[in-house]
Amino acid sequence: MMLEAREISFQYEKNSRMILENFSIQVESTDRIGLVAPSGFGKTTLCKILAGYERPLGGEVLVDGKALSEYRGYCPVQMIWQHPEQSVNPRRRMRAVIEEGNQVDPSVVDGLGIEADWMNRFPAEISGGEMQRFCIARVLGEGTRFLLADEISTMLDLITQSQIWHFLIEETQRRKIGLLTVSHSEELLKKVCTKLYYLETKTWG
Amino acid sequence: MKKKINGRTLLLFWLVLSVLFLTAVCIGGSFLDETARVTDFSRKNISPCIQYPFGTDWLGRDMFARTIRGLSISILIGVCAASVSAVAAFLLGVVSATMGKMADGIVTWLIDLVMGIPHMLLLILICVASGRGLKGVILGVALTHWTSLTRLIRGEVLQLKEQNYVKIAYKLGKGRWYVAMKHMAPQLFPQFVVGLVLLFPHAILHESGITFLGFGLSNEQPAIGIILSEAMKYLVTGKWWLALFPGIMLVLTVICFYTMGDSLRKLIDPASAHQ
Repeated sequence: MMLEAREISFQYEKNSRMILENFSIQVESTDRIGLVAPSGFGKTTLCKILAGYERPLGGEVLVDGKALSEYRGYCPVQMIWQHPEQSVNPRRRMRAVIEEGNQVDPSVVDGLGIEADWMNRFPAEISGGEMQRFCIARVLGEGTRFLLADEISTMLDLITQSQIWHFLIEETQRRKIGLLTVSHSEELLKKVCTKLYYLETKTWG
Repeated sequence: MKKKINGRTLLLFWLVLSVLFLTAVCIGGSFLDETARVTDFSRKNISPCIQYPFGTDWLGRDMFARTIRGLSISILIGVCAASVSAVAAFLLGVVSATMGKMADGIVTWLIDLVMGIPHMLLLILICVASGRGLKGVILGVALTHWTSLTRLIRGEVLQLKEQNYVKIAYKLGKGRWYVAMKHMAPQLFPQFVVGLVLLFPHAILHESGITFLGFGLSNEQPAIGIILSEAMKYLVTGKWWLALFPGIMLVLTVICFYTMGDSLRKLIDPASAHQ
C-alpha cells in the first residue's frame, strides 16, 4: 500500500501565510520516514492533512490511489498527537480509550507496558507518559495501514522512549504499517527511521 | 481526638436536608388544602401562638396551613415550568450547536429576542394572554426561563465538537451517536441537571411575583403571592405575622433549592472529588 500526498497546499485562513505549497511525498508500507524541520514549518499541519483532520486547499491525499476522504468508517491513516491529555476525554476511564480503538490486540497493550491497574483510572490520575501509551495503543487496532507520529515521545523519559520506539518499530515492521515520524530530535529520527526528509531544504537525507 | 467532617459528607447532608424540607412542604400542602380554606370568625386576628404558629388572619384562616399550601402550589408550578424550560433548552441547545449556521442563527436570535424584553413584562404578557390562572402562570414561566440554559448547552456542545478526542473518535470510525452518547452526554448531563434545579427558585419567585402584582393565580387560591399582597393591606394595622412568616418560608424554600443545586453541582463534578 502507498500513502501519497500530491501537490498539496494549505493555509489556515485566507490571505494568511501559505504553510505548505505544492508539497508532495510518498510513504510505502515498509517505509519509516522521519520528517525534520524547525518550528513553524508545518510539520503538525502536514500530519493533520495526511490523516484527514484538515482538507488541503489544493492537491490531494491518496491511499492506494483512492482519495483519503472517500474512505468511510475506520480511517486507514491514524495519527498520534503530541499532547495526550487533549486526546482523551477527561471524564472517561482509560479502559474506554483502548476500547474506542478498532479491536486492539492485547499484545499491543502488553508491548507498550500498560499495566492492568491503570485501566480503571481517569486521565487525571495517570501521568502524561502513561497516557501517551494508551493513545498509541488506541490507533494500533485492526485496519491501521499508516501511522503518523507527531512528536510523540517529547514528554517521556529516555528509558520509556526507547521502550516505546522499539515496540513501534517491531510492530510496524511485522504488520507492514507505514510510519511517518515528526521530531525535533534528529538523533532520534536517525535511530528510528529508514529515510529522513528535510522540510526546510526539501531534500532527502 | 476531634474528627473533621468530610466536605462531601457535609454537602450530602445539606442536599438531603433541602430535599426533606421541600418534600415535607409538598406533602403537607396536599393535606392542608381543606384547612387552608376554612374561615372561622371566632378565631380571627390571633397573633402567633402554639395552636396557630403563624397566627390567623382577618377571616380567621389558619396562616400556617395557608402558607404551606401556597408554597406547595408554588413548588408544583416551579417543577412544571422548570421541566418544560429545561427540555426546551436542551433540544434547542443541541439543534443550535449541531445543525449548521442557519439553525444556530435562528436559535440565537430567539434567545436574544426573549432576553431583550424585560423578564417580568414578558411574563405578565404571556400569562394574561393565555388566560391567567394556573395554566397562564406555568406557560408564562416556562416560556421565559429557557434562554440561559439554552445558551449554556449550546456553548458547551460547540466547545466539545472542537475537542481533539471527539475528532479522533470520528477518525476511529465511530458514528455521531457514539460520540453524542459517550463523549458529549457525560459532560452535558451535570450541567443540565444543575441548570434544571437552579431554575426552580427563579420560577417560584416569578410565580409569587406576578401573583402579588395581580396578574397570576386567582384570588381564592391560597398562593404565596396572594397571601403577601393581602397581608400588605393589614400590615399597617399591626398584624405583622401575616407577611413575616409566609415571607420567611418563601425565602427558605428558595434557599433550599439553591443549596440543592449547588451541592449537586459540587458532588457531580469530578474535580472536587477529593475535597
